[in-house]
Amino acid sequence: MPPRMLPEPTPETRHFWEGALKGELLLQRDQATGEVYFPPRPFCPGTGSRDVEVFKASGKAVLWSYVINHRPRPDMGTEPYAIAVVKLAEGPQMMTNIVGCPQTPEALQLDMALEVTFEKMSDTIALPFFKPAGA
Amino acid sequence: MKQKSVAVVGAAETTQMGRIPDVSVIGLHADAALNALADCGLKPSDIDGVACAGISPTDLAHYLGITPTYADGTSVGGCSFMLHVRHAAAAINAGLCTTVLITHGESGKSRVGAGGFGRAPSSLMGQFEMPFGVTSPPTMFTIPVLRYLKTYGLTEEDLAWVSVIQREWAGKNPRASFRDPITVDDVLNSPMIAWPFRLLMCCLVTDGGGALILTSAERARDFKAKPVYVLGTGESVETPLVSQMEDFTSSKAFRVSGKKAFDEAGLKHADVDHLMIYDAFAHLPLYGLEDLGFCKPGEAAAFIRERNTAIGGKLPLNTNGGGLSYMHSGMYGMYALQESVRQLRGTAAAQVPGAKNSVCHGVGGMFGASGTIIFSNEAP
Repeated sequence: MPPRMLPEPTPETRHFWEGALKGELLLQRDQATGEVYFPPRPFCPGTGSRDVEVFKASGKAVLWSYVINHRPRPDMGTEPYAIAVVKLAEGPQMMTNIVGCPQTPEALQLDMALEVTFEKMSDTIALPFFKPAGA
Repeated sequence: MKQKSVAVVGAAETTQMGRIPDVSVIGLHADAALNALADCGLKPSDIDGVACAGISPTDLAHYLGITPTYADGTSVGGCSFMLHVRHAAAAINAGLCTTVLITHGESGKSRVGAGGFGRAPSSLMGQFEMPFGVTSPPTMFTIPVLRYLKTYGLTEEDLAWVSVIQREWAGKNPRASFRDPITVDDVLNSPMIAWPFRLLMCCLVTDGGGALILTSAERARDFKAKPVYVLGTGESVETPLVSQMEDFTSSKAFRVSGKKAFDEAGLKHADVDHLMIYDAFAHLPLYGLEDLGFCKPGEAAAFIRERNTAIGGKLPLNTNGGGLSYMHSGMYGMYALQESVRQLRGTAAAQVPGAKNSVCHGVGGMFGASGTIIFSNEAP
């Protein structure tokens, strides 16, 4: 099996991936307006302000939408698996996988409560996944 | 901006369609271009503007021996050609050039002289989507749909009806890849691709191309084919990441592009005789009908099921069979434009009697971009 395709951080996103490696989900917000945004960038897309800060998110989310992929993806090798978008408690959406839960339409109900969990994939990368809350 | 002084005078697809293992990508561009030039009786030296996506306009101009004063390489996915039409109309109006050739060619099936699909691991898609197992459009474009279905109380069966009714249109088109009738059960029993999407809810993968030639409406009268006038145009982009789409039940790019085109055309929805909505997957006509304002949010599925978009319905939609049944080389927008032009020339295989106004709406990326062209065969 080929090695799993992993992110290659850039200067603008490095803090996010360093946080993930430490088990922290880091988001950014506009210091003036409090607007929270994702994916990372050194300015707020709502205001254009560079006056932004990184903060640790709650890790809580709900299942917003998903598909269950049946097509081969050699570096995953776990088909069928769900590719999900979750809505974070702080507002932004992010793509992820749902773990600790059967990959079926019956088990994966929209709006179910989720919480973040990190899985170390290499020396430098841990991916943020989500699992059913309290599981 | 008013663009009422521009018309399509040449339009053609590649000589072959479907599986073309003996022609490369640039060869498909050239074949379509030569067919469109023949369609309007022009030579490459008559062209002074070029536009294409997938390859560079430099590649195209040099290959065809054109020395343009206008070149547009806008490449935002499958609706790039709608944007090319819009930009060409503006360029002709502004006097940058007089005659624009827009081409598409893609070896989607045979991959002859074609690049790969993929993103650098340092791109936003490479960092924030690819690691979670997306493979290609069937696992990306489809992600918002469960939210749409839940919001409006719809099911997979509503998606299946889109495929069934478009196949009826394809049945009337000798060039369509798939022509045999299908039922909702056939769709719901076809192989699973990415739940809730089955094979028959996904577009084809084929080889082919197409080309358009635009010039001023004044000059258009001198050509042999009936001119097809550009009445209104719109475009927008939203996000390269489907996960970041603002509203999973509606495309912002669709809404912005559609409104711009309707405002510019000064046309009411009731005046539209024919509609093309780029259908890479079965949900796109639902989003398109709603976001363009033909249906209220959540009502497009019933509108289709009740046969309003079918043969004999009040709003014929995707009359070539669409990307689901006609052909889909990767950037399908060119074929939607070709069908609008054929309908307004009165030369379509499944001709809508008396069609005067056609709306042609495209998508690029995974709801990432959009372009809308409103055509008429009546001089504005």
